[in-house]
Amino acid sequence: MPVFYGTEVSSQLMLGTAQYPSPAILAEAFRRSGAGIATVSVRREAGGGRAGQDFWTLIKDLGVIVLPNTAGCHSVREAFTTAQMARELFDTDWIKLEVIGNADNLQPDPFGLVEASRRLVDDGFRVFPYCTDDLVLCETLLTVGCQVLMPWGAPIGSGMGLNNPYGLRALRQNFPEIPLVVDAGLGLPSQAARVMEMGYDSVLVNTAVAKAGDPAAMAESFAKAVEAGAIAYGADPMEPRDMASPSTPVLGKAFL
Amino acid sequence: MKIIVNGKEVETNKKTLAELLDELGQGNARVATAVNEAFVPAKARMTQNLFAGDRIEIVTPRQGG
Repeated sequence: MPVFYGTEVSSQLMLGTAQYPSPAILAEAFRRSGAGIATVSVRREAGGGRAGQDFWTLIKDLGVIVLPNTAGCHSVREAFTTAQMARELFDTDWIKLEVIGNADNLQPDPFGLVEASRRLVDDGFRVFPYCTDDLVLCETLLTVGCQVLMPWGAPIGSGMGLNNPYGLRALRQNFPEIPLVVDAGLGLPSQAARVMEMGYDSVLVNTAVAKAGDPAAMAESFAKAVEAGAIAYGADPMEPRDMASPSTPVLGKAFL
Repeated sequence: MKIIVNGKEVETNKKTLAELLDELGQGNARVATAVNEAFVPAKARMTQNLFAGDRIEIVTPRQGG
């Protein structure tokens, strides 16, 4: 099972907590998938309501590890302050760092990401940077103190899958000891299996589960796909080749 | 004096952030705070003085991806 900052997690699947049809369906998705980490956010309470307090109670009852994010932050200062508020609110020094650089595809800002990571690591945070699959960016994130990388598969919520398998493979090959998590863009369990077949440590999905017709069933499906992919990676898959090679023995075939 | 709380103008005579949270019914709630874009830890709210025009953010746990 994956180990992040010295903590072993009970599942290779991380689940987001947004966009579910109801809190009950959210809880059922976690139960059926066995996901070990739940991503959460900090937001203003609307109109003096209690939605935040009720959500906190729900999350505590799930019994999973909480990973707060800085979703929606477009500057280093904004992300840094949001992370500080999240640390106090959720009583954890883990932070999924998002510094968005493009409003259309929600692509991470690599420059802001590095600067924010450096500041947060210096302030005692354990940073999970949501990044692109750029090798040099990822190398720099490790240099400033990140010990986990969370490259995107595709833009957040797009369901496109893996836009750049080559880039993801290159990260695995270059950083064999670093926990790698594909975060964002997955739409189908088969895509999650492919991530794990590359030797990744974990997958984070939200929209693909929450927006499915049956979110709990889809969460379970992702969990099984992730597990299958991890087992396949451990089983040392064969190398693909261009030419056919008969699987049935040629020797002993009758001459007819 | 007028201050901004979560983007909305609010009239208050409270002197500190802790007093303001009590006035808003958030004194014992699970919230985190910032004043003028800087984080204010819970233990510092009683000594965080408020001034006209301050921008206060009060956030709670929420769903996220």
